[in-house]
This record gives sequence, structure tokens and C-alpha cells, in this order.
Amino acid sequence: MNKLLVLGGGTAGTMVVNKLRKKLKKTEWLITLIDKDNRHIYQPGLLLMPFGVYKAEELVKERDHFFPAGIEYITGDVSVIRPDASEVILEDGRIFKYDQLVIATGTTPRPDQTPGLDDEAIWHKSAFDFYTLEGSVALRDALAKWPGGRMVVHITEMPIKCPVAPLEFAFLADAYFTEKKMRDKVEIIYVTPLEGAFTKPACSRALGAMLVDRKIALEPDFMIERVDVESKTLISMDEREIPFDLLVTVPLNMGADFIGKSGLGDDLNYVPVDKQNFLSKKYPNIFALGDASDIPASKAGSVAHFAIDLFAENFVEYVQGREMKHNFDGHANCFIESGNGKGLLIDFNYTTEPLPGMFPIPVIGPMPLLKESRLNHMGKLAFRWIYWNLLLKGRWIPIPALMSMKGKRAAVVVEGEKVNAGH
Amino acid sequence: MPVIEVAGKQVQVNEEGFLTVYEEWSEEIALALAKQIEIDMTDEHWKIIKFLREDYKTQKETATSRRVQTVGGVPVKEQFVLFPKKPAKKMAYIAGLPKPKGCV
Ligand SMILES: Cc1cc2nc3c(=O)[nH]c(=O)nc-3n(C[C@H](O)[C@H](O)[C@H](O)COP(=O)(O)OP(=O)(O)OC[C@H]3O[C@@H](n4cnc5c(N)ncnc54)[C@H](O)[C@@H]3O)c2cc1C
Repeated sequence: MNKLLVLGGGTAGTMVVNKLRKKLKKTEWLITLIDKDNRHIYQPGLLLMPFGVYKAEELVKERDHFFPAGIEYITGDVSVIRPDASEVILEDGRIFKYDQLVIATGTTPRPDQTPGLDDEAIWHKSAFDFYTLEGSVALRDALAKWPGGRMVVHITEMPIKCPVAPLEFAFLADAYFTEKKMRDKVEIIYVTPLEGAFTKPACSRALGAMLVDRKIALEPDFMIERVDVESKTLISMDEREIPFDLLVTVPLNMGADFIGKSGLGDDLNYVPVDKQNFLSKKYPNIFALGDASDIPASKAGSVAHFAIDLFAENFVEYVQGREMKHNFDGHANCFIESGNGKGLLIDFNYTTEPLPGMFPIPVIGPMPLLKESRLNHMGKLAFRWIYWNLLLKGRWIPIPALMSMKGKRAAVVVEGEKVNAGH
Repeated sequence: MPVIEVAGKQVQVNEEGFLTVYEEWSEEIALALAKQIEIDMTDEHWKIIKFLREDYKTQKETATSRRVQTVGGVPVKEQFVLFPKKPAKKMAYIAGLPKPKGCV
């Protein structure tokens, strides 16, 4: 009997076991999945939580509800991988042998990595993250009674998962305070280590203009050194200071500590893999999928979904000793909330920047790319249903894995020009 | 891709002026590029540039500021002193390498 071991039962791990249980014969492959708990959190919902859109319990379901029959599910904390012995050791000492290993343990916000940030005088009191359920709920409660002042929305260092989330947060905060008729009491500053609002130039211009429209100040090239707890101030490596009344930060994102400890990670504990087929660069029987790998694509559920469609095909070929033929192109596609019930959609891959145009989605209908519309916002809310009911279970969803140029208007973006995706 | 002349040599660059061919780089070119962005090259500067060049050979990608700190041994704070405001970008520019990733 061959053993496939999957570490992590989040978005990626759940999709992997659903896809592969169908493809691998039960008489030939034993599939085991290990996760540290049985609480699957719908992470995209954490962005909207602070604005009172969801209740905490709406975003959490039991993981095993989404696993197919015929897999073994173990609850336990992974301590270390011993690649040379092909075994995984849990904190409680249990040992699991594998023939093939899939690492899907994602990435986690680490406030402890910035001096001062996790000081208990400020953490989850005046400095919050919205990348964890606890952080997002604490932020909701703080926002509900906040009298106004200076709100700083901050990114510590790239890469982060869902790289547009902090921008969306700033847009939504603007809309939220406007609706509460207190926008004039709030100053919003967007502080980023990047050169502009976003990473991809075309997007950065369109989104930068949206910051200006909303009177959100931009502080680019800000690499944080520490937080001064007493004066509630962010201090950069080049000694710029930004005081805050309320800090909404995305702490440094890092892969799981056991990855570094096992000698499998880069500086941030991401697993170096071949970006086209997710095979570890060091070991021929280890793959890393989802946020855990170092591929130069957005760390997003949509990317994991596209990637795993191809991975499942490749894996079957690979274990039969055939060549892996389904190369991944880095396809990412995300809805961006822009406040007031609107949103925009961007679609890109390793080599193609987000382009203006329409994105053809059968059933739901075309969505305007890089342009605000109510339809895109509805798309994002509908996504929660799609996530729980179709995506995790590896069912068909109406978006192809490789990027298509259909509906896009290439080469209309000229340096310095504000992106206009109108029709 | 545009071709420009730096320090008397023809080199290929991208739209932001970053060299695109690893082998076309030389120390003279590095000096000229540094001058363009008003950096006076000292031993400390060279230490980082040489680390970046060597590291690229094995990693096939440009080291991030974090990696220059953890592997190259120069704290991020010092990188900001040596290459003000945008160290990662400036270091890569002078070293004739692509802008480091971490930006997707
Ligand atoms: C605020 C926010 C908004 C987002 N919005 C979007 C969006 O709109 N669209 C989109 O596509 N994506 C979005 N994302 C990103 C998306 O949620 C992630 O990219 C996706 O969940 C990644 O899946 P994963 O399986 O790699 O990691 P995860 O789903 O995070 O799963 C990792 C799993 O590994 C387990 N684990 C970790 N360490 C260990 C250990 N030592 N032992 C055992 N188990 C372990 C964890 O318990 C977890 O279950 C958002 C994320 C956030 C935080």
C-alpha cells in the first residue's frame, strides 16, 4: 500500500484530498491528512468581519465535514519532517511514514516578529490584525465604539496572503466611517513597504487613484523597524515616524516553523518548489501547495484552486513514472472590495499583468475587470457559498485553471495614464 | 528590450533600466549605475553587491533585503543607510539583477 500524507487541512489540503481520493485507487493508496485542529475558517470573511458583516460562527465550520470518505484524518501539531527517512513527527511524538508528502500548512501572521507590536499594552487593544479570527473580532468591537482619530492601515513586509486585502480594508473603512457620518473625524493613512498602492504597475495606478478619491493618504517605501508602545508610533528603518490612534496591521506572514526546522524552507519558511508543478527543489517525494510554497504568485485561495486542478492531474502521472504535463502559469483572480457595496475584479498570471476588460464567467455573467461595479461585489459575497459548497470539495467551478486572454483588452495601459477600463 | 551604453559598453536593459543579461555586468558598469542614482560606492556597498551577484548564481533570483540580512550579514537598517529609501531596488539595480520578488 502506498502512503500519501497531506499536512494541513485548510483550503489547499482539503481540495487536494478531495481531488486525489477520486483519482487514486483505494486499494493502492492510503491518504492521511493531519491538521492541528478541526476548525476551518473562511478567511476571506475576516476582511468583512470588522465592519459587522458576519457573525464569528458564520465563518467557522468543522474541517472533517469537507473531507471525502476513505481518508484518514488525524488531529495533531506537526513538529518536524525527516525527509531522509520519509517521516513526519508530531509534537506528541507520533510518527507517520509517507511515500509522497504534500505540505499545505499555509502562512500565518506573526506580530512577534516586529519589536513592540505584540506588546500587551497595545496588541488587540489599539493595534489589530484582521488575518486571524481573534484579531478580526477584536477589531470589530474596537471599531464599533471608536470615537475617531488617526487610523493607520499597514503592511509589514511582502509577500502576504491576499495582497489586496489591506487596500480593501482601507476602502471599506472609508465607506464605513462615511456611513456612520464620522468620516470627517477620521484620518486614514495607508502605509506600505511597496513603492505604490499595489505591486503590479497597472493595478497600482488604478488603485492609487482610488486612494486619492477617498482621501486616504499613502506612505510608500515604509519598511518598519519597530513600534514604540508608549507613544503608539510606527518607526521605519530610515527613521520615519507615523503615530496612530488605531493601527490595523498585516504582520509579517511566515510559513510554519516546522518547515524551517526541517531544513525545507527559505528565509520566511516557504518551501522552494518548481513553480510549474510544485515539486520540492530538494526532495522528489515532497510537494508544497497553497500559501506554503514559494511560487511567485499571489497567496490566495483562487490560486490554490487553479494550481490544484493541475496538480491532481500531474500527481497521477508522476506516481506512474510519467512526465508531468500540466504546467501552472500562476493564474490568480481576485475580487477587490471597494466600499459602498461595490467591488472590482482582477485577473493575472506569472507573466501577464492585470488587464482592463471583461472577464467571462459562464453562469454568473461577465464581470468588469479593474473597474468598480456592484456585480463584482455580489461575486465576492457569493464566493462564500461557492467556497463551502463547491470549491473545497473539488467540484467544478466555472473558471478555468489557466488564464485566458478572452475579453481582456491588452496593451491599453500607457505609463502615467490613469487606467480606464470603461466600455 | 532597449540597449543602452553604460561605461562605454552596450548593455540590454528593461523599461526601468535594470540590466537583463547577467553576464553583461562588470564592476565598471556597477560604478556607472551607482553614479546614476547618486550612490558613492564604498567597501560596505561592494560587500552587498558582491553578495547579491554570488547569491544569484545559485538561487537564480535576486536576494531580498531580508536575505541580505540573514545570509549576507548586513542588517536591513544598514542597507537603508547605504542605499537610502529603496535599498532592495537600488542594490539590485547596481548589481545588474532583476528587482527582487516578494511583490505579487
Ligand atoms: C483577510 C483575508 C482575506 C482573504 N481573501 C481572499 C479572497 O478574497 N480570495 C482568495 O482567493 N483568497 C483570499 N484569502 C487567502 C486565502 O484564504 C488563502 O490563500 C488560502 O486559505 C490558502 O490556503 P492554504 O491551504 O494554503 O492555507 P490555509 O487555508 O491557511 O491552511 C493551512 C492549514 O495548515 C494547518 N497547520 C499549520 N501549521 C500546522 C502544524 N504545525 N501542524 C498541523 N497543521 C498545521 C492550519 O491549521 C491550517 O488549517 C484571504 C486571506 C485572508 C487572511
